[in-house]
Amino acid sequence: MRPVWKHVLCGRYPENIMEAALVLHRLHFAFTITFHYLFPQLTMGLALLILILKIQAWRKDDDTYHQAAQFWIRIFAVNFAFGVATGIPMEFQFGTNWSRFSKTAGGVIGQTLAMEGVYSFFLESTFLGILIYGERRVSRLLHLLAAFGVFAGSWLSGFFIIATDAWMQHPVGFTRAANGDIQLTSLTGLLNNPWTFWMYLHNMTGAVVTGSFVMASLGAYYLIARRDEVQGRLFLRTGVIAAFVSATLMAFPTGDGQGRNLARWQPVTLAAAEGLYHTEKGAPIVLLGQPDPEHKRLDNPIFVPQLLGILTYHRWNAEVKGLDDFPRESWPDQLELLYYGFHIMIGLGTLFIGLTAGAVFWLWRGKLYETRWLLWVLMLAAPFPYIANTCGWMTAELGRQPWLIYGVLRTAAGSSARVNAGNTLFTLLGFIGIYTVLAILFVVLMLREIERAPSEARH
Amino acid sequence: METFWFCMVALMIAIYVILDGFDLGAGAIHLLVAKTNDERKAVLQSIGPFFDGNEVWLLAAGGTLFFAFPVLYASSFQGFYLPLMLVLWLLMARGLSIELRNHLDAPMWRPLWDAGFCVSSLLLAIVFGAALGNVVRGVPLDDTHEFFLPLWTDWKPGQNPGILDWYTVTASIATLGALALHGALWVRYKTEGAVRDRAAALARNLFAPLGLFTAVLSLMTFSVQPHVLESYTTRPWGLLFPLVAAGGFAYAFAMSRAGKEIEAFLGSCVYLTGMLTSAAFGLFPYVLPSCVDPKASLTIWNAAPNSYSLNVALFWWLPGMALAIAYFLFLYRRFAGKVQLSLS
Repeated sequence: MRPVWKHVLCGRYPENIMEAALVLHRLHFAFTITFHYLFPQLTMGLALLILILKIQAWRKDDDTYHQAAQFWIRIFAVNFAFGVATGIPMEFQFGTNWSRFSKTAGGVIGQTLAMEGVYSFFLESTFLGILIYGERRVSRLLHLLAAFGVFAGSWLSGFFIIATDAWMQHPVGFTRAANGDIQLTSLTGLLNNPWTFWMYLHNMTGAVVTGSFVMASLGAYYLIARRDEVQGRLFLRTGVIAAFVSATLMAFPTGDGQGRNLARWQPVTLAAAEGLYHTEKGAPIVLLGQPDPEHKRLDNPIFVPQLLGILTYHRWNAEVKGLDDFPRESWPDQLELLYYGFHIMIGLGTLFIGLTAGAVFWLWRGKLYETRWLLWVLMLAAPFPYIANTCGWMTAELGRQPWLIYGVLRTAAGSSARVNAGNTLFTLLGFIGIYTVLAILFVVLMLREIERAPSEARH
Repeated sequence: METFWFCMVALMIAIYVILDGFDLGAGAIHLLVAKTNDERKAVLQSIGPFFDGNEVWLLAAGGTLFFAFPVLYASSFQGFYLPLMLVLWLLMARGLSIELRNHLDAPMWRPLWDAGFCVSSLLLAIVFGAALGNVVRGVPLDDTHEFFLPLWTDWKPGQNPGILDWYTVTASIATLGALALHGALWVRYKTEGAVRDRAAALARNLFAPLGLFTAVLSLMTFSVQPHVLESYTTRPWGLLFPLVAAGGFAYAFAMSRAGKEIEAFLGSCVYLTGMLTSAAFGLFPYVLPSCVDPKASLTIWNAAPNSYSLNVALFWWLPGMALAIAYFLFLYRRFAGKVQLSLS
């Protein structure tokens, strides 16, 4: 399959009609999932931070913490609503756009997706109602329990989605029936998939990175603007500490564990993500360089020798297999995008550790609240965890290509055969339009919440 | 086991229709029964704490359908691609209208949010009705178990149908009427004053046309989908379901005239459950009949996965649903009683 952009830029109609539709089905899912995940990554991270604020409010009986929690619950609620609105299309698209995949594997992935509905959505929606409307109407203990219910619901939701994706990355616990359908043979195998463990922790700490960067950013904004400074300091303090802890956990052990998953079960993905065309002993890690698929090399590379082998196998001079060692048809088809997704994720992740370590150091010395240049950096840093998380998911999903279920079902064999390119483009354009409106309204709503002082946050 | 899951999916769809039905119905009659800002706020508050949770039943029902009958899920979601995308967009427009009315509460924008809420609710009721009509009528499934329906063709049910034809349009109108009545009875139960009176009057006027449409639709169904008649003649005990529907309808009518609000609403719940279970019983064991080749129809057997999947799901599904029902009872008890505008 040719890269997506070739269809867009060159305007040549593919000879195979199915191929034109396939490109659009992939773009359809990629666009809607990328937009959708902007919201859950914040709510899953905030759910933990809100719970921490509520516990501190409970222990210290301090009104500042109550107000802070109530303010972030409002931010959470708006993001949650957008997450639900953009999340329903995701569940629908398994059937509408990926019908052959759903028919073949629905007996397996239907289980985890239905578990998400039955176990997390009911929990989340019930307790969120109490959390938003109930501060004055229910007891403090019930309100704290509601914060826990929302946290548990959203983190369970994350688990079932990761378990679904992990099964697509590394399918376990199934057999093929005579007609090719995939049949579940072990539910515990599906839920205990070895791939799930690191991927889940890596993803959830990523959500905490987003939540805590946003919290720190808003705190920095209030301090720079010299308003709501009591709340601003609390947001900043909580944010940078949580950001430092989560950014560190992001690299080690979770990122490391995820990397070893790749090396063990998807070595070709690792080679492609690294831009490693040829097998090398003591392979270097690339910091910069643009892949040149024609000559199978990187342009103007900057690299650290030996490091890739060490990071992947924890050995000096370990041999890392390059793309040349794998048959061409097993290469991920969007090599360049995969390479950039992976490197932007790693690069930003490293910067996050440095930035938050510095911020925590300044906080410890008691100078963070007055160090204005650092406040500016923290305020402007908020968008970058979103980029890093998106790039991480692009690495995972582009890296899985050309398979929909790794080693079992090709992506080209999973799309809806009867939904043609015309109908797919029609609804893709519709989603682009609607999501543009949603994005504008979201920004307007967020700015209004931020302008309302946190000390007035009570309902 | 397939039959058990068929019943569970039908039950979950019925719960979804009863729950989201009242807030869709309240939306569809919003502009008719509430005129001033306070009145419109009262209608919105009557559904406010519930409608998000009600929509979760759609996801839970969809998820259950997905693992219990993956072939049906795959086939019908592909075939009903266009109306389903429409449903997604309408759900977004509706949720957005409700949220924005709360957040951007400026008088200038209110008519827009109210109209958005009303129109999207109305259209959703119509699309859901058409979807139900399509499932009963059957779709052009071939032996690959796949199909794709355009929005309309020649407006006739037959070998080459579209989403809309005269049969599914009738089903849409009947559904809109049933949900409008359901919503009116809910609003009447949850509000006071002028809104309550208008909702009561609207409900009174809806009974006769809805009864007529229900009867016409039932007769049409026997001619469009002969299997339904066959089901009832071979297993006459199934006539229980239409009787439940008729009983619920009559009870709702009698209680509505007697001014008993909660009883009238519950009667409407029974009517909706009766109608949906009647349709499900009539189709059984089909889950999606083919209108071109009866042998290509999807049944509970050829749409289900292996028996291990269906058996093992019981272990997590039953406790999960018990929990969900417990949350719901808790939520509805906490927000029971009439809407108090002073609390807003």
